[in-house]
Amino acid sequence: MTNLQLVFPEIFLSLSIMFLLILGVFKKNSSKIIQNLSLVVLLVTAVITFNETIGIKEVKLFNNSIIIDYLSSLMKIVTLLATFLVLIISSNYLRTFKIFKIEYPILILSSVLGMMIMISSNDLIVFYMGLELQSLALYVLATFNRDQIKSSEAGLKYFVLSALSSGLLLYGCSLIYGFTGSTNFNVIANQLGSNEYAITFGIVFILVGLAFKISAVPFHMWAPDVYEGSPTSVTLFFTMVPKVAALTLFIRFLYVPFLNLIDQWQMILIFLSIASMLFGAIAAIGQTNLKRLVAYSSIGHVGYALAGVATGTNEGMQSSVIYIIIYILMNLGLFSCLLMMKRENQYYEKIEDLSGLSKNHPMLALSLMIILFSLAGIPPLAGFFAKFYVFKSVIEQSMYFLAIVGLLSTVIAAFYYLRLIKIMYFDKEKEKYDTDHGLWLKFSLTFSTLLILVYFIFPSQLIEVVSRINII
Amino acid sequence: MNFPILSSLILLPTVGAFFLFFTRSNNQNNFTVKYVALFTSFVNFLLSIYLWILFDQTTSEFQFVEQRIWIKDFISYKVGVDGISILFILLTTFITPLCILSVNNSIKERLSEFLIAVLIMESFMIGVFCSLDLVIFYLFFEAGLIPMFLIIGIWGGARRVYSAFKFFLYTLLGSVLMLVAIITIYWLTGTTDVIELYSLGIETKYQNLLWLAFFSSFAVKTPMWPVHTWLPDAHVEAPTAGSVLLAAILLKMAGYGFIRFSLGLFPVASEVFTPLIYTLSVIAIIFTSFIALMQEDMKKLIAYSSVAHMGYVTLGIFTIQQQGIEGSIIQMISHGLVSAALFLCVGVVYDRMHSRLINTYGGIVSIIPKYSVLFMLFTLAALGLPGTSGFVGEFLILMGAFKDNFLVAVIASIGVIIGAAYMLWLYKRVIFGKLINTDLKKMIDLNRSESIILTSLAIPTLFFGFYPDPLINTIEVSISDLIETYNFRLASKI
Repeated sequence: MTNLQLVFPEIFLSLSIMFLLILGVFKKNSSKIIQNLSLVVLLVTAVITFNETIGIKEVKLFNNSIIIDYLSSLMKIVTLLATFLVLIISSNYLRTFKIFKIEYPILILSSVLGMMIMISSNDLIVFYMGLELQSLALYVLATFNRDQIKSSEAGLKYFVLSALSSGLLLYGCSLIYGFTGSTNFNVIANQLGSNEYAITFGIVFILVGLAFKISAVPFHMWAPDVYEGSPTSVTLFFTMVPKVAALTLFIRFLYVPFLNLIDQWQMILIFLSIASMLFGAIAAIGQTNLKRLVAYSSIGHVGYALAGVATGTNEGMQSSVIYIIIYILMNLGLFSCLLMMKRENQYYEKIEDLSGLSKNHPMLALSLMIILFSLAGIPPLAGFFAKFYVFKSVIEQSMYFLAIVGLLSTVIAAFYYLRLIKIMYFDKEKEKYDTDHGLWLKFSLTFSTLLILVYFIFPSQLIEVVSRINII
Repeated sequence: MNFPILSSLILLPTVGAFFLFFTRSNNQNNFTVKYVALFTSFVNFLLSIYLWILFDQTTSEFQFVEQRIWIKDFISYKVGVDGISILFILLTTFITPLCILSVNNSIKERLSEFLIAVLIMESFMIGVFCSLDLVIFYLFFEAGLIPMFLIIGIWGGARRVYSAFKFFLYTLLGSVLMLVAIITIYWLTGTTDVIELYSLGIETKYQNLLWLAFFSSFAVKTPMWPVHTWLPDAHVEAPTAGSVLLAAILLKMAGYGFIRFSLGLFPVASEVFTPLIYTLSVIAIIFTSFIALMQEDMKKLIAYSSVAHMGYVTLGIFTIQQQGIEGSIIQMISHGLVSAALFLCVGVVYDRMHSRLINTYGGIVSIIPKYSVLFMLFTLAALGLPGTSGFVGEFLILMGAFKDNFLVAVIASIGVIIGAAYMLWLYKRVIFGKLINTDLKKMIDLNRSESIILTSLAIPTLFFGFYPDPLINTIEVSISDLIETYNFRLASKI
């Protein structure tokens, strides 16, 4: 039992959630304290994860159902830090809508707990448990602004569709269990044997469920509606954090038990990737709501991340991880800008509200422009490197079709990012927005923009961190 | 280690832009802002002259090479110049200060942002010409899109949004295939270092596709017929300084790329696709010359003439003759000077009359004589009159072409005549004739900064027309070496 310290981050996080819940119930008007305490909890958990597990090569716990390795530690830290940033920049938004309640940080923490379990899972049941824990918390978060009908609609829609996908996923799990006799990833890997085709069915069902969670085409339908309807701070959370966990699961699930069946799943992933990239690029063109546009753009970006996974190599998987980390950074900046577009207690989220931003708020417009060019993948910004690594690993596997379609869809996607820049810089200005943003909001915008801008000076660091992932 | 002169050339404009960024622009300190920018770019020009003086003309080796590890085991930041690239760097550093000088009348608002964009653009362009690593080259090549998009979009004319988008998306579409090719080259050879690739060579069976991928990018940027359509739009809508940058330097990136990468890396494929290039070049020369003849907008006419001139350049490059390639480079330099001057000339009358249409003007020779003289000089240089730099380039190209393919050379020579026709007709309609539009009488002749700009462009145009030796001496050894390696590798099929 000496290894229990390895799950100490999860234990600490769950105890903290319970403590915060009790504190919130017994102490009146404690939302501010709970918010701050949750931030501390997130940081402490990240530090514990870093200290306890980062140096560990690979340890399996609880009858091999939990795995602690470099991939899991890294992804947990990314999740925790991203959540930390989400929480600190969302408080102003929540106050404006009078939904600054104790439940918000607690729900977010619980979904993070679910994600951490997902990331560490080495067993179908554990993996499903983590997935449901995070999803249940996310349903509630989507409806968090319950006085608004759109928010309730978003939550309900998310719940119904997500439940359907969970059902498919469970069906896949049961198929795999039926044909291999185990739910453990490593045992499954040894039992593949003669049942290849039957198991492929199971893989397909599970991939459908996972594609739904990561919102890859053709299982993306929920994303635009949910992203638009949820409160912006929750949308921010949706576009960033769950994708990390889902991507890790994609990697873990496909690379550990089923790497030998790569012929079976590679086509599926290539299809998911191409469809997401193209659809994300084309469908975003007609959008008028920024949050919907971000939803489609995030569908496209998921496509790029999946392209790396589709290669079935260590390099490809690492490039996906790099992609998702840079993507998180860009999205953080993008949403910081969205949260700054506020005038007299009202947030503006239509595309034309950006009009002439460069005249009234030159610095905000400049940052947003850098972020948008980076999202479009124009060098020398960070977004280019993210795409570059992915396509490098894709081309090294001679998957030229995927690479060329992917790059062409970046050109299509560039169109709508350019359109936003055009509206900001070329169009007539409107009324000014408020400038009294919180310190944290300014910090997160500056932080993400600067990192995106100067990433090209030291690109090796991130690669070095990620290249230690080795699960094949 | 020696003084990193090339990195300084790349970084200096960015540093200047950085200073400007912290100078809040308002009407009072427009003056300061402009002089900071001018000073930076002028120092950069002096630095590049110093580079030219230090440059050893007797070797084809890359000089002033700097190398730093950038991404471990993958890419290193590597820059260096040889005879081919140094002239383009000089052209860039020479044109940029003139662009900055020219903003006086044309850019009314957001001056400091404009200058920041121009300076950053300069950094990227110098980077393109001296990078010795494919990825670094791509990085600079693509990054230039951002400032240019903003220059056209923010400070452009009426249809600026359309033009900016067209410019950006066309060039991006061309370039992404080059990225695929670059990664493929890395995968095939394990390096993206240009010098190493020159000695390694690339397997014959991959060359054709890779060549086409590079071609797709360079053809759009050159621009070659039929993907030239972004150029007239971009030129017409860009502010004068933007058109100058586009015509004088941006278009040269592709010509440079053809010499450095298409010929240097893929000799076998270059040989295969020479007929394609010839056909497209000849079409560009004849067809766009005729289009230019029919234009009513001065900027558009010059834009189409640029396409035709770049047709000569691509033709000259793929003759793989000493004269042909030398001619192409001199033609590019000369076109850089002359088209910049012509756009500035259009800018001068546009600032006064706010019209680019040819029929607005006519009979202004007696009103603005100084302007008319200089405009005459550049018109003649554009049509390649002996004694101007335009002649040297065109003559050498045609000489190379006659050695390689008689028919193509004959057709291309006809283009010279059409070129003379549209340029002279333009000049006649704008400068001579009856003075019908009475508003023109209020025009004032060149002011001081305009005189300085146009004269400083006229001097090298004439000087290199009479005495092209400094240019030819610089490029000669590098080109003969390039052709030698090309023929050697063609014979040994690598």
